[in-house]
Amino acid sequence: MRIEPVIPKPKKKRTLVSRRVAVIGGIGLVLLGVLFFRLWSLQIVTGDKYLAEANQNRTREVRVPAPRGRILDREGNVLVDNRTSMALQLDPIELPSETPERRELFTRIGEVIGKSPEWVRRKVRDEITGNPEGSPITLVQDVDDDIVYYLQEHQANFPEVQVNRIFVRKYPQGILAAHILGSIGEVTAEDLEENPEKDLAAGDTLGKTGIEQTYDDVLRGSPGDTRLQVDSTGRIVSQLPSTMPEPGDSVRLSLDQDVQAAGEASLQSIGLNGAFVAMDVNSGEVLGLASNPTFDPEIFTRPLTQKQVDDLYDEDLGAPLFDRAIGGQYAVGSIFKPITALAGLDAGLITPSTVINDTGTISIADQDFDNAGKQPHGPVDLRRSLEVSSDVYYYLLGADMNGTRQLQTWAGNFGLGKATGIDIPGESEGLVPTPKWLNEAHQEEPEYYDPWVIGQNIQFAIGQGYFQASPLQMAVAYAALGNGGNVLKPQLMLQTEDAAGRVVSETEPIVTGHAPIDPADRRVIMEGLNDAAQSPEGTSYQVFGGFPVKVAGKTGTAERTGEADQAWYAVLAPYPDPEIAVVVTVEEGGFGADTAAPVALQVLQAYFDKQAKPVSGGTGSVE
Amino acid sequence: MDGWLAFSALGLLAISLFTLHQAFGQNLVGAPEQYVQRQALYGLVGVTGMIAVSRIDYSRFRELRVGIYTFLCASIFAVFAFGVAARGSTNSLELPFFTFQPAEPGKLLLILALAGFVIDGARKGSAGQRTIRILALGLVPTGLVLLQDLGTSLVFAAITFAIMVAAGVRWSHLAAIGGVLAVFIAIVLVALPAAGAPVLKEYQQERLTSFLSPSSDIGDAGYQQNQAKVGIGAGGTTGRGDQATQSRFGFVPERHTDFIFAVVAERYGFVGAALVLSLFALLFWRALRLMTLSKNFYGTLVAAGIAAAIIFQVFVNVGMNLGIMPITGIPLPLMSYGGSAIIATFLMIGVLQSIHIESHAAQRGPWID
Repeated sequence: MRIEPVIPKPKKKRTLVSRRVAVIGGIGLVLLGVLFFRLWSLQIVTGDKYLAEANQNRTREVRVPAPRGRILDREGNVLVDNRTSMALQLDPIELPSETPERRELFTRIGEVIGKSPEWVRRKVRDEITGNPEGSPITLVQDVDDDIVYYLQEHQANFPEVQVNRIFVRKYPQGILAAHILGSIGEVTAEDLEENPEKDLAAGDTLGKTGIEQTYDDVLRGSPGDTRLQVDSTGRIVSQLPSTMPEPGDSVRLSLDQDVQAAGEASLQSIGLNGAFVAMDVNSGEVLGLASNPTFDPEIFTRPLTQKQVDDLYDEDLGAPLFDRAIGGQYAVGSIFKPITALAGLDAGLITPSTVINDTGTISIADQDFDNAGKQPHGPVDLRRSLEVSSDVYYYLLGADMNGTRQLQTWAGNFGLGKATGIDIPGESEGLVPTPKWLNEAHQEEPEYYDPWVIGQNIQFAIGQGYFQASPLQMAVAYAALGNGGNVLKPQLMLQTEDAAGRVVSETEPIVTGHAPIDPADRRVIMEGLNDAAQSPEGTSYQVFGGFPVKVAGKTGTAERTGEADQAWYAVLAPYPDPEIAVVVTVEEGGFGADTAAPVALQVLQAYFDKQAKPVSGGTGSVE
Repeated sequence: MDGWLAFSALGLLAISLFTLHQAFGQNLVGAPEQYVQRQALYGLVGVTGMIAVSRIDYSRFRELRVGIYTFLCASIFAVFAFGVAARGSTNSLELPFFTFQPAEPGKLLLILALAGFVIDGARKGSAGQRTIRILALGLVPTGLVLLQDLGTSLVFAAITFAIMVAAGVRWSHLAAIGGVLAVFIAIVLVALPAAGAPVLKEYQQERLTSFLSPSSDIGDAGYQQNQAKVGIGAGGTTGRGDQATQSRFGFVPERHTDFIFAVVAERYGFVGAALVLSLFALLFWRALRLMTLSKNFYGTLVAAGIAAAIIFQVFVNVGMNLGIMPITGIPLPLMSYGGSAIIATFLMIGVLQSIHIESHAAQRGPWID
């Protein structure tokens, strides 16, 4: 018996709807039923077969590293090259998660490579920390051949271990230009996060410092891919079509190997901390740049020991990793004087013929300011002031320009007080002191800074006081003096070349600023600098008096509290139309002519020796 | 609100998030939880949208049918004009922070508009004219989308078919349409290529037919699909968990989007995969139930369209994972990673909820309560 519905429904529509619902529902149920049946058949009925098949599929894409591009000097001498090394690596995915199994693996591997399980455990831990997920764990690099053969023969016993060919940097010129070249290292998790555009993957290498860092995109190349299918015993079943790695382009530096070697050897022979920079005054190309003490770049190709790391930063050893040429900030002493002179001329305080009577000392604002050793130079004009390096002449200019900013402006005209933009990291900006800056510093830290007094400007006039610059900045400033006023960006890269040696891109000179030097003023200053180097009464005559090329050079002797004087030398050659600027500094080197000028001499010697050779087609005048 | 309906939808989203977390938590260097976070955000937007839509009387959409239909066609045209390519198909618009696929909400728009037109023309013309009218209105957007994305146009076609069935189109008409379709497919896939004038590009044809002959050649579409099948099979009854090498090592392609079902099946086995299918079955049943409960015929048609859209996508996607359907790039509703699809599907659920709420209000009537 049927119960009649309480509310009468429009009967026809309802039957229609329920029939149609039944059709759609029926189709849906059939579809779902098919899926359920297929799922059941795959997973429950034939699951074991597929599980076995899945276990045959053990490994995935393997990245084939690309050889990095080489780094060459300007003549094509190889400074950085690659060598291949067999590395014993563990795939982190293959690491057992259970401790006993891990210990067993470490023991097994340790026996082959002759290390204790504990050593292997530590090594694995160290390699995992800091590296992104999935990076191969390199246990040993430069594995002996017999171990490689043993592992290949017994691959089935070591499914987790791979012997891979990796590229390692090599340095045919030894320690030459270590600070410039820089080092490479494995990508870190931060590298991956910060450079999403670079197509990096765990296990890749990346330039970390120096040229390797700046031109990493050029040098790195792109890795290839190989798809390996490995069965559960670790045997490679098939190696599938892969993309070939593309080697990176080479970077040809403006560096001249011989100039560089001469400067480095000379600095090392002195045995003190120091630096030199040699630069083409017209293009900004850096011909040589070094810092002493230095280090062997080779050490970065292997894992560093803690002692090696400590030594690289050890102040007592001179912090060898620190590049004084670009990162050192020093008072520069008298090599600053040409800039003070240009400021004074521009301000109308002096003319080239203005004569001042230098009595060896002068008293300004109740304070005595002395020449070196209080030595009087008598009546001096501009040219003579540079030749004999009269301090009194410049003290007076500093005093007259106190509060006018003229000296600060001219220091700025030469690019001082800001980074030069050289194409390696680690540059310091130096400091051009102004009353505003010092008074603010005094407000913030009265225990360290006194307020500005006239004495600050007087000290600044001879490159002392709070003024600081790096050897590189002074080289850029002297190059500007040498070329008539263009402040150039110093550049280490000359061009990039592909693997076949074809030029891919070339560097153009970049002018970053201009010092408005009056040509007549410049001539007088160059005369004074030439006198200083090569006239008998000049401050560096003892060094450059006999040099066959005419030069314009200035000594500097900067006082540093608590230390012996720092020696400086800045030189432009050939005089009067210079091609090259060289700046040298030697910490605790005493008088500029004693330690710094001889280094500059060696650098110029190497430079002009090369110019003398007809093949190079140089324009240097050799007498 | 229909509690079972909401439960099934949220349950599927939860499984999606859990799987993305477990399967990709370790693999994505730098941003391990990127997929989970974004998917959760899409889910949140979707659920909010669902609740908002459920409060609207869906019958209003019927009045807007012409506007909805125009907007639908315009948005598909916008892809022609400004679209960006992703995975071989140009079907997305690049918006700030988001790549938007108009075809995803387009499925719902088609349902709402087409159902409206059916009611509109219910008493006009002969049965044959009515059939042709619905068919034409459904096939215009279907054809437009076909030029961009084969998979989506199949969903559009399924929707059109379901609404026609629900609208009471005569069986003879449906049979005729089916016959024409079969002939058309035969011509496109078999006859024309044989005659030397292929309509589909070679890779399209390969994708469509490769599941019939799984290949062992790496790089082949068939190889990848076969790897997904191997992964599912290897999952067995209870799954392989972290040992799920097929999905973990990238043998399974598009793991977070089109092949997420394979990841679930390998990691959690038959238990997990059957749970997913059961939740879809629950969802489908609740949608069918609303066809009968609806206060008006428009709601019946809309529920039919939504039920068909979801179950059709599930069948094509899971079938592709299981190696019995071709690769068409149709996402698994509520599970595949992707904002447009997640949000659009929740909006569909929202419309179903509105049908549910309205039917109860109508049954209670104004005098009770």
